Amino acid sequence: MTTAATGSRGSTASLRHRLAERGIDSSLWLMVPALVFALALFVYPFSYGIGLTFQPGLATQEKWGGGVLANYVAFFRDPFVFDSVWITMRLALPAALFNVLASIPVALVLRRRFRGKRLMTSILVLPITLGTVLTAQGLLIFAGRQGWLNRALMATGLVDQPVQLVNNYVGVMLSLIITGFPFAFLLVSSYLSGIDPSLESAARTLGAGWWQRFRRITLPLLAPGLATTFILTFVLAFSVFPSARLVGDAMGSTRVMSLMAFRAFGEQNDYPMASTIALMMGVVELAVVALVLAWRALLYKGSTGGKG
Amino acid sequence: MAITAGTFDSLELRGVGRSFGGHQALAGLDLTVRKGEFIALLGPSGCGKSTALNCLAGLLPLTHGEILLDGRRVDTVPSEKRGFGMVFQSYALFPHLSVAKNVAFGLHMRGLPKAEVSRRTAEAIELVKLTEHAAKLPGQLSGGQQQRVAIARAVVLEPSLVLMDEPLSNLDAKLRLDMRTEIRRLHQSLGLTTVYVTHDQEEALSLADRLVVLREGRVQQVGTPDELYDHPSNWHVADFMGYRNILPGTVVATTGGDGLRVGLGATTLTCRPVGDRPADGETVRVAVRPDDLAVVAGGEAPRDGNALEGTVVVVEYHGREFAVVVQAGDGTLLHVRTPEAPRVGDTLTLTAPAERVLVFPAALAGEATAGAEARAVAA
Repeated sequence: MTTAATGSRGSTASLRHRLAERGIDSSLWLMVPALVFALALFVYPFSYGIGLTFQPGLATQEKWGGGVLANYVAFFRDPFVFDSVWITMRLALPAALFNVLASIPVALVLRRRFRGKRLMTSILVLPITLGTVLTAQGLLIFAGRQGWLNRALMATGLVDQPVQLVNNYVGVMLSLIITGFPFAFLLVSSYLSGIDPSLESAARTLGAGWWQRFRRITLPLLAPGLATTFILTFVLAFSVFPSARLVGDAMGSTRVMSLMAFRAFGEQNDYPMASTIALMMGVVELAVVALVLAWRALLYKGSTGGKG
Repeated sequence: MAITAGTFDSLELRGVGRSFGGHQALAGLDLTVRKGEFIALLGPSGCGKSTALNCLAGLLPLTHGEILLDGRRVDTVPSEKRGFGMVFQSYALFPHLSVAKNVAFGLHMRGLPKAEVSRRTAEAIELVKLTEHAAKLPGQLSGGQQQRVAIARAVVLEPSLVLMDEPLSNLDAKLRLDMRTEIRRLHQSLGLTTVYVTHDQEEALSLADRLVVLREGRVQQVGTPDELYDHPSNWHVADFMGYRNILPGTVVATTGGDGLRVGLGATTLTCRPVGDRPADGETVRVAVRPDDLAVVAGGEAPRDGNALEGTVVVVEYHGREFAVVVQAGDGTLLHVRTPEAPRVGDTLTLTAPAERVLVFPAALAGEATAGAEARAVAA
């Protein structure tokens, strides 16, 4: 366009200017470090991993057939491997759902102004600083058979047998909530603060009670944020590894996909199979993310009037 | 059936106050609003006018006093059951709902039958001339259109009282004038009772039947536009009513009759005291409107011996006349309107008749409310 406008006299702008018009200038060099990292640490290893999945080991080929696709045949046919998809789902979906849903009322309450609000927020967010390992260890000490919780329950006579809270599904679920909730709460709070409070006031003067205000105004405006929060907490929970091993039942009810990939890699030295499981993990996550995003696309996502 | 206003005989505010911690945002507001009245709450930001409105709406609980509707207490009724319509400064339209759904929201909340909801919604949208935009989202409308949706949403419920919180402050100057006329038209044609909050005296004077001037949470004066315009009860009200020249002075001597001599820097002026005649030597505020000051032409005598000399520092073209700022010898700036443009740097002598130069006590007494009101009515 620039050339056409000045074409009759020949462009007076230098090549450098004309390139800059199209966004090509020396500031592009700023992208080099990120590009190098992305290529070296993501694109190459990822492509290499995909390549590995099509080079099944001899044992796998013999056992499951399917030629270069033997790893995938094994993944879908071997119930010990394939069931881990459902086992992981059974942990990640309820954990993510709980974290998002439980965050809503807490964030709503903490939006108000009251004494001790900062302390409350700090306590709720603090677990984000604990690593999964520390959380797992804490859970073992606190909720184990000889833990304080069980001793207290026994002492008060509420139970006469220690309650099994760790080394099973419950333990991993607790750990996912402890680490995932602060994260979800922070996100939901920030989405909520983006909604203009005068919208609720307006709804009040129009005769809407608290449930109607929440149901018809706050929730629809918050929903896209909830979808995003759900996706992020789900992805975090889906890749659960340390707690599944430390406070879970690693070969039973918490035999999650990441454990299966690690088993193939670390115990069986079957890199191609480990890569296949890792890749399928990504596929399952992407499928859930795509579903949630498709639902989110149907929602109103414009301005919410607030400072967001 | 067309949209009408819900009816009542009187809305009474008795000693209404609101404190935040130790700070009194509003104190001792007494006001009786009659059916069909347009009341403007006027004052600078932070004067308590929005607090008063939110208290009326029920969005803010009172800490003092009570609000009575036909003798029945309403300040204890939650906002959603009070049935007052409110128009917010930010419009507060629900961004995810279409214009029609925004307007229908309150009707849905009342659980009215579908046919009635859609009929009344259509009527209200037609009333504000937005029929062709009914299916749009608020974000697709201009500021003025959004404002009209907000008004339609409030009046569709036929509220007994409509509260408006600076509804025009986010609009540009031209649109503001149009919407002002629109609001007055709706108020009159629907027989609404309106309480309107603004910091713009022109808006308040042109719209309201009665004005309430507030300062630091306290009522300064209540009265009709002409009462306030001609007889402001203190210099703060005068300041709001267009007395742009408010100068500190000292009473020199009390002359006979109505006159009062007040020293202003190097000169003395003959003035008219408002309220009690101040004692000699008392510090006072002298208030003069720019339109009441005139330039003394060569050879003419200043009126009532009132002469203020100064140098022209600013000349603004205002169409029919010029707004001129004159700096007196002691640095005081005087605002004056002249038919012809002086040049910057010219020396001018300004004058004003004694009865147009008002003298107020320098102190603004918070408890002077009742007296001020009585004086304004008497005058």
